[in-house]
Amino acid sequence: MNALQNLFHNKKQNQLSLFFTAGYPTIDSTAGIIEACQKAGIDFLEVGMPYSDPLADGPVIQQSSTRAIVNGMTIELLFNQLEALKGKTTIPLLLMGYLNPVIQFGAERFMEKASATGASGLILPDLPIHEYREEYQTLFEKYNLSPVFLITPHTSDERIKLIDELSNAFIYVVSSAATTGKKQDFGQAQLVYFQRLKSMNLKNPLIGGFGIHNRQTLQQAWQNLNGAICGSAFLKKLAATPDAEKAVEELKKDLGLKMD
Amino acid sequence: MTVKFDTNPTEVKRNQNIPDERGYYGGFGGAYIPEMLYPNVEELRNNYLQVIESADFRKEFELLLRDYVGRPTPLYYAGNLSETYGAKIYLKREDLCHTGAHKLNSVVGQALIARHLNKPRIIAETGAGQHGVASATVCALMKIPCTVFMGSKDIVRQQANVLRMKMLGAEVIAVESGSKTLKDATNEAIRHWINHPDDTYYLIGSTIGPHPYPDLVARLQSVISEEIQSQLMKQEGKDYPDYVLACAGGGSNAAGAFFHFIGNGKTRLIGTEAAGEGVDSGLTAATIYSGTPGIIHGCKTLLMQTSDGQVMEAHSVSAGLDYPGIGPMHAHLHTTGLAQYLPVTDTEALDAAQMLSREEGIIPALETAHAVAALSKLQFKPDDVVVICLSGRGDKDLQTYQQYFQEI
Repeated sequence: MNALQNLFHNKKQNQLSLFFTAGYPTIDSTAGIIEACQKAGIDFLEVGMPYSDPLADGPVIQQSSTRAIVNGMTIELLFNQLEALKGKTTIPLLLMGYLNPVIQFGAERFMEKASATGASGLILPDLPIHEYREEYQTLFEKYNLSPVFLITPHTSDERIKLIDELSNAFIYVVSSAATTGKKQDFGQAQLVYFQRLKSMNLKNPLIGGFGIHNRQTLQQAWQNLNGAICGSAFLKKLAATPDAEKAVEELKKDLGLKMD
Repeated sequence: MTVKFDTNPTEVKRNQNIPDERGYYGGFGGAYIPEMLYPNVEELRNNYLQVIESADFRKEFELLLRDYVGRPTPLYYAGNLSETYGAKIYLKREDLCHTGAHKLNSVVGQALIARHLNKPRIIAETGAGQHGVASATVCALMKIPCTVFMGSKDIVRQQANVLRMKMLGAEVIAVESGSKTLKDATNEAIRHWINHPDDTYYLIGSTIGPHPYPDLVARLQSVISEEIQSQLMKQEGKDYPDYVLACAGGGSNAAGAFFHFIGNGKTRLIGTEAAGEGVDSGLTAATIYSGTPGIIHGCKTLLMQTSDGQVMEAHSVSAGLDYPGIGPMHAHLHTTGLAQYLPVTDTEALDAAQMLSREEGIIPALETAHAVAALSKLQFKPDDVVVICLSGRGDKDLQTYQQYFQEI
């Protein structure tokens, strides 16, 4: 069991995960953000690997990626930063990014390094499922990394079942047909979608993301799913203050987890 | 000094012009897309072959190609060029298509598919604006609302086409992200599609993107090589040329001009890439020459990227070739030696545009001028039948031509 699986084994509900882009706002931000999140009681983290052409992302994550690349962020550097942090934090980490930089790094070398520097899993949204099964699954298993797949309101039941079968940590529930960072409260469509997922009795926990930015969206994700991931809203806080601890506290206020 | 390239005779290889079931041409292609795009791409993949092979589609498509696009386009024997370069040189006049380029062939077909899939809106990306104009045109004809994404840098250098799109009733969205050219216009179109999956058809302009787009666009453009076959039969008594020359950014006119000749063992297929200020200048769009395998816009192909896998910005004087990737079919044809790709610099293309204008009275598009420029890089025998795919006309580039020729 990796650290992420262990977390889900012990905590079934009300998970809160944050996403941030490595190398943003500054090249050295990574360690401070991870430590601040652990201190603030965030359950697990997604460390975004910046990419020049993030197709599924809205302006906030796009801009953070562009900035991080300009800052000089690379996968190699990220692994060095995580290596230096090893043993200092226990918060489970996932690496999230697009497939091309991983392929250029070398898929197996990437997984070996990810595992060695303490990552529990990978989210590669543009990795096709058939290719995962044929070329990547054995590598994930070899390095004890959990694959995390996305589903959307348009994903068929059959495909959700397949994804549930292939997953061993959680399923990433994209709240609506949208790129990241759309500020919209959840409506009837999301609730119907969440109910449909619930009724499928999947073996993996369901964590909702895309659009989690306030109390309402967080609570609805918590009530209907097992947890929530917040990304763009966190990056905005990080942009506004250089102090990561303060950024996390500000975000928790917005999410209704902390009184003023 | 002019560099002369040797071209190898091609070997006979069947079915290299279509991908396998998962969209791979050899090791290139596929569909590397986030889940948000999966249902839409899957819907298209499950339907496109059945639709374009159906009798109803063929009938409507062929009628529109004939009466609206203006096909078949002439295969013109260019006597002056032939004399200058010592071969039988023909120009496949795609520039005479309605809207002034080959782009309309694929747009007409895809708009019919959109209608078949009950998608009431169309979005498109555009570089030089030719695909945007073609999309706006067919959408006006078919009464489909149309939104075109165009890099703000391209909007400045292709003003005439922006005005045409607007006159045709399309909405033109200026893309300010990243390179502000075709690469990021494509990103924004894809993002828009993610946000509007139910009612929107994404009409891709080239043989790029996730499977089935490269195959779909190549098949729709293959009318070019189909016509060349029958026209050459009449004019030369054989149904294949010895050479086909075509420019390649994403590679749709080249895919269409090569399609029926790929792997025939007889025709040398020459693609020309925009080398910008030179292949080693750092300001280039010569993807095949300077690219490495990777993923861009949902397909595995050759692209210009850093060692960290970040996509680099392309550079070319021609907005339509200013793209850091190339269609997966071309990556495959290059890798297997079934086609060869030559880099052509900005200056060589501009000079070729001037030359063609003076020799044959035809002002080509800047993109097309890259194909014409290959003439001086190849050595022909007097009997060689050479077809240049004259993909577009040069009206949209007059400002660039004027600036360049004032400077020298």
